[in-house]
Amino acid sequence: MVKRKARYFPVFVLPTLTAFMIAFLIPFIMGIFLSFTKFTTVLDAKWVGFQNYIDAFSNKEFLNALWFTVKFAIVSVITINVLSFILALILTRNIKGTNLFRTVFFMPNLIGGIVLGYIWQVIINGVLYKYGVSLTFKPEYGFWGLTILMNWQMIGYMMVIYIAGIQNVPRDLIEAARIDGAGSFKILTKIIIPLVMPAITICLFLTMSNSFKLFDQNLALTAGAPSKKTAMLALDIYNTFYGSVGSEGIGQAKAVVFFLIVGLVAIIQLKLTRKREVEN
Amino acid sequence: MGYKTKVKLVNALFSVILVFLSVIYMAPIFIVLMNSFKGKFFISEAPFRLPTKETFIGLENYVSGLQKTNFLNAAGWSLFITIGSVACIIIFTSMTAWYITRIKNKISSALYYLFTLSMIVPFQMVMYTMSKMANMLHLDNPAGIIVIYLGFGTGLSVFMFSGFVKSIPLELEEAAMIDGCSFIKTFFLVVMPVLKPIIVTVAILNTMWIWNDYLLPYLVIGMDYRTIPIAIQYLKGGYGSIDMGAMMAMLVLAIIPIVIFYITCQKYIIEGVIAGAVKG
Repeated sequence: MVKRKARYFPVFVLPTLTAFMIAFLIPFIMGIFLSFTKFTTVLDAKWVGFQNYIDAFSNKEFLNALWFTVKFAIVSVITINVLSFILALILTRNIKGTNLFRTVFFMPNLIGGIVLGYIWQVIINGVLYKYGVSLTFKPEYGFWGLTILMNWQMIGYMMVIYIAGIQNVPRDLIEAARIDGAGSFKILTKIIIPLVMPAITICLFLTMSNSFKLFDQNLALTAGAPSKKTAMLALDIYNTFYGSVGSEGIGQAKAVVFFLIVGLVAIIQLKLTRKREVEN
Repeated sequence: MGYKTKVKLVNALFSVILVFLSVIYMAPIFIVLMNSFKGKFFISEAPFRLPTKETFIGLENYVSGLQKTNFLNAAGWSLFITIGSVACIIIFTSMTAWYITRIKNKISSALYYLFTLSMIVPFQMVMYTMSKMANMLHLDNPAGIIVIYLGFGTGLSVFMFSGFVKSIPLELEEAAMIDGCSFIKTFFLVVMPVLKPIIVTVAILNTMWIWNDYLLPYLVIGMDYRTIPIAIQYLKGGYGSIDMGAMMAMLVLAIIPIVIFYITCQKYIIEGVIAGAVKG
């Protein structure tokens, strides 16, 4: 039976597999290979060993982008998750109009990064105009501008996941604790938070990987200004590839490093989820 | 004061806070809308001021923005690329997912892991080699880019379809095949209808991503067939200093389709996003 069905492979799998190889698999393997070469057109690659990696890590802009991204990811992950969790707690109290509020807070998540970037550029510049400066005056402005933007975009998304998690906490458990004299804070820390831990892991991971991979918002809001100090990893890699001829190999090496960082975050998340599943 | 009255009082307080927060949350969009009717020199300095007799210019920004960006064309290409890609992704990846879930062999499981792994690879890792590949294969046009999107959409979509297929009882398909249904017919007439809920989820997740995507179409197609995000970014790139009036108007036009999409499919969008987050 299985053998007879297996001959349908060309119809069922081949179209997807072909597209997957063209768009992803071959470019991925080529990318790893090219990160060890010097090239300008892919076909003229010359092997240089780890030279591109050495160049990448001695590149000030790359190290600055790496540090900027890490800082940004930490601040965003904390602010987004704390704020969205608080909102989720409030929106699971059976308040009238909960659905409307949820709709409003989720909305920005659907807007694309380029559009988001320009929306906030106008607003932040409008505020800073009163002080005679603009968004690109100091890197700190760009940093906090991106943080605000990211919060605006992601809070609703994370809130929706937290709401789903909190609604799964059995009501009788909370009622029983209350009858036993537990205060609201104790109920939160001893019952709700442990039971929504899966949702917390998901949200931490999602915000973390989205912060690391941020590109469109960065490009539209500051484009790295002033003098590339607000360029995050993805934008720095883009600039290395397309900003000057001759540094494609270094760009590809940076991209591999970027992939390893994002992959590491993903593996840690997977391990954490697996571990808890075993415990349960 | 009893517990119930206390809860009611606290909830009333929260309602007030939520209304206040919702207004703040929507403010950025209203500010952009408001400024889209103001003369371009009155935007950067005072974006928070309502249009007055001197600053109000009617639809002038919309007219100049539409001309500068060729926005209607861009909207058409965005629509074409998004619908084409999502349709292809749904048909081909659901077929692939069903095949590799039902026909258990080494190739199937290898493919499953490969597709899943591709989800964690950041775009920058493959962007250079992929766009070169697309050029070489003449996929650098609105029809060709659909192949690229199919390849990039494979990871998440196959993963989600496979998860769903595992929950469908085998009896249904076996009965159909015993009744003389061919393998292909069984998929389209028996399995596809059962997949409906997951098709909606996969369609929404891919639509949100492809509609807003900037970098991939920019690198693959370039400026010849601009999508909406590229048209907006072009307003900045093409003209040294940005025409803020045209920018505001185009941001409004870019947000309108998203709001319509959100209002009509809100339930599915939020459910889909939760499902995607939990699985991904």
